[in-house]
Amino acid sequence: MSDLAMTLPVRPTPLRRRVPLAIVVTLAPALIVLTAFWLLPLAQLITLGADADRSGTPGYLVVVSSPAYMQGLLQTVALAAGTTLATLVIAGIAGCFLARHAFAGRSLLVALMTFPLAFPGVVVGFLIILLGGRQGLFASISTALTGDRWIFAYSLFGLFLGYLYFSIPRVILTVMAACETLDRSLEEAARSLGASHWGVVRDVIVPGLMPALISSGAICFATAMGAFGTAFTLGTRLSVTPIAIYDTFTNFANFAVAAALSVLLGVVTWLVLMLARYLAGPRSLST
Amino acid sequence: MKRTGLFTLQLAFTLLVCAFMLVPIVLSVMAGLTRNYFQGIESGLTFDWVIQVWTAYAPTVWLSLQLALACALCCVVIGVPAAYALVRLDNRLSRAVEELLVLPVAMPGFATALALLLTYGHYSGFRSSAGFILVGHVLFTLPFLVRPVMAVMQRSHLPVLEEAAASLGAGPARRFFGIVVPNARAGILAGTLMVITLSLGEFNLTWMLHTPLTKTLPVGLADSYASARLEVGSAYTLIFLMLIVPLLVALQVVSNRLSRGALR
Amino acid sequence: MTGTAIRLRQCAKTFQGGQTALSPIDLDVRPGETLVFLGPSGCGKTTTLRLIAGLETPDAGGRILFGDDDVTDVPIEKRGVGMVFQSYALFSNLDVAGNVAYGLKVRGMPKAERATRVAEMLELMHLQDFADRSIHALSGGQRQRVALARALAARPRILLLDEPLAALDAQLREQLRVDIDRLLRTLHITAIYVTHDQAEAMALGDRIVVMENGRIAQIGTPQDIYQRPANAFVAGFIGNLNRFDVLAHEQGRARVAGGWLPWNDTSATVLCCRPEHLEIVHANGALQGQVLGQFFQGAHTRVLVDIGNGRQLLVDSRDDRLRQRGDLIEMNVTGPLFALAA
Repeated sequence: MSDLAMTLPVRPTPLRRRVPLAIVVTLAPALIVLTAFWLLPLAQLITLGADADRSGTPGYLVVVSSPAYMQGLLQTVALAAGTTLATLVIAGIAGCFLARHAFAGRSLLVALMTFPLAFPGVVVGFLIILLGGRQGLFASISTALTGDRWIFAYSLFGLFLGYLYFSIPRVILTVMAACETLDRSLEEAARSLGASHWGVVRDVIVPGLMPALISSGAICFATAMGAFGTAFTLGTRLSVTPIAIYDTFTNFANFAVAAALSVLLGVVTWLVLMLARYLAGPRSLST
Repeated sequence: MKRTGLFTLQLAFTLLVCAFMLVPIVLSVMAGLTRNYFQGIESGLTFDWVIQVWTAYAPTVWLSLQLALACALCCVVIGVPAAYALVRLDNRLSRAVEELLVLPVAMPGFATALALLLTYGHYSGFRSSAGFILVGHVLFTLPFLVRPVMAVMQRSHLPVLEEAAASLGAGPARRFFGIVVPNARAGILAGTLMVITLSLGEFNLTWMLHTPLTKTLPVGLADSYASARLEVGSAYTLIFLMLIVPLLVALQVVSNRLSRGALR
Repeated sequence: MTGTAIRLRQCAKTFQGGQTALSPIDLDVRPGETLVFLGPSGCGKTTTLRLIAGLETPDAGGRILFGDDDVTDVPIEKRGVGMVFQSYALFSNLDVAGNVAYGLKVRGMPKAERATRVAEMLELMHLQDFADRSIHALSGGQRQRVALARALAARPRILLLDEPLAALDAQLREQLRVDIDRLLRTLHITAIYVTHDQAEAMALGDRIVVMENGRIAQIGTPQDIYQRPANAFVAGFIGNLNRFDVLAHEQGRARVAGGWLPWNDTSATVLCCRPEHLEIVHANGALQGQVLGQFFQGAHTRVLVDIGNGRQLLVDSRDDRLRQRGDLIEMNVTGPLFALAA
């Protein structure tokens, strides 16, 4: 009776004896599919990126030493970051408003604003063309008003709008969910202490929403980094990395460089996701 | 709360955002039904474009539907057991696997497609079949099934339910099919709807993986956007919307019920 | 149903990460008895229950026997136990009757026989009107009764109850406790009952196992445990207790703060008694003290008394006389006094 047992609360491992077999059987299919069709190909992609292209330089080196590729990557990152920021502000305001106020037609409004959640990039690109393309709404309005034709769909701004379009529904949903879990007594306490409206927003609401904003922002960013469909529809003249990879692969059959660019894009995306996770705290990315 | 100026301002802003989301869709529907979009609605309404698109592109619609259903089936078969294992395991290993599952979504889609092409592209039988696209879709949609299923399983205290079933004499297989799956059905439903929706609209991967004989709906859409007149693209989009909007609405209903905790 | 004996031999449990939940214990549960595991959270009581159930395996060397069968390596589904969980663990994909029938179905009982048994169990638990109800339509007390019916339907050798009343509110808890008591008495099934509630343990247990830090602190009948606690932990965990430090021994008496206590054994350093075993008297009391406060509690009045040396006593008095803070009172010991190792 001498060895003293620790008094830590017992967290029993359920059905321990049966775990290995049951877990192996149930997890195996997913792991096999992932390994065969994702990890293995990915490893091959990473190795291929180091292969020499036609000029005899390894793919990674070509990419890193090419101002055009690096500039494209920088532009992609900047665009994705800009989209994320704008989405967070827009969806943050709208989401909080929708979560906090009850008025007639609110749920319809929520439904209308969030159902384009899973529209594919190509369709979003087309919708932007209908807004700002050569025969777009803005083109006809501006022609009627000023005689100028406003065409912005095929530019970076069009791409920005497209990314905004498919990011807003997702972030609105997350913000609304987070808003509903916010402790309202904190706001009331801040008010009772004399905080102004903006003071409450700055000191209570925004910090309270931060984890949700960071995690949905990270997803926004990742989607915008890899959104090929929208860029493809809006025109292949845009110098963003997805298009560059597509060109390198399809038009120039330069596999090493395409692979290197893909890996680089993936790594940058992954780094940002990790950073967001680090900022938001553990396990908050699984929204 | 008092309806202040701020309320009006916020409402106006929200409505503006809503307009941004909706106006293009309305434009697209209109364009698809207008005889000549350039002349405007005065040129008359017609179903000609829709019919023209259907005759030209119907196979893409069928292929996409088949793919989406097959993808959902694969995801359920692979994903539900995986979700169960992850919930049961609940340790560092399971969290690592969870990460791994989500990675294909975080990675740019065509990077995955590129990797698949480089590794399996030379198996020409596989390469030219729709199965090649299916693999990409499953990779990309799997986490969208696993996550809601895991959430429901965690919320319904699945490990305890399973212990109860075991104490009543049920073996592992019986517990899984008789207790685990039925109690996770709300999550499975939500996940399946999401998978079908995403698979129907998947373009990033599919564009790289498709062959002229395996064109899906979004690939056809991209084709028509690039080469056909605006009305045709719009009519095609209209067909796509008619497929996907009911799914999205159903998804919204299901996930609303899920988030309210009504598991039945 | 006749009971099955349970024997644990050198059962210890160490979890991954090396924390010891249970030091090696030996335990004999008699056939048909209700044995209650009592202790604070983390004391090892639930772990012991899960070992018996087959939800955990003991560390190497430990054996578990049901009657003469060594079940150590038998998985839970083949042990023939019935189990009731704190969270009810009812299958919401099945209705009430479906839950009760589950174990019978698993065992392949013919349909007609199954229906009879289910009806019988539902009646036993006063649930006959709820057979077709959904689990979501039941109250907490009803849910736990369904869980009991389900656990008992297949006539298990042993019934295991893991804090079955902890999730219920006080009134329901009392009512269901009476139900469970009646059930255990009529069925004569060997039952293991885990709780952290001492009143529940006292009311239900034929014997109580008090656990502390993964070890058994005391096994005994409720009366044993209450009146003759084996150590300070048991004494403190069950009921309220007055502690007296013995200052000196003298002619069969022990001198303590506030007066004298009758005690022969000169080795005792701490003496204890329960608040209800002290009586306030008008004169010639063994103990004197000053009233600090008094709290009306219905059946009795609890008086807090300062007896000097920084020691305070709790006295449960039957009278309802009003005493003021500072009043001097005298007290006698009317019930058992016991010594504890300091």
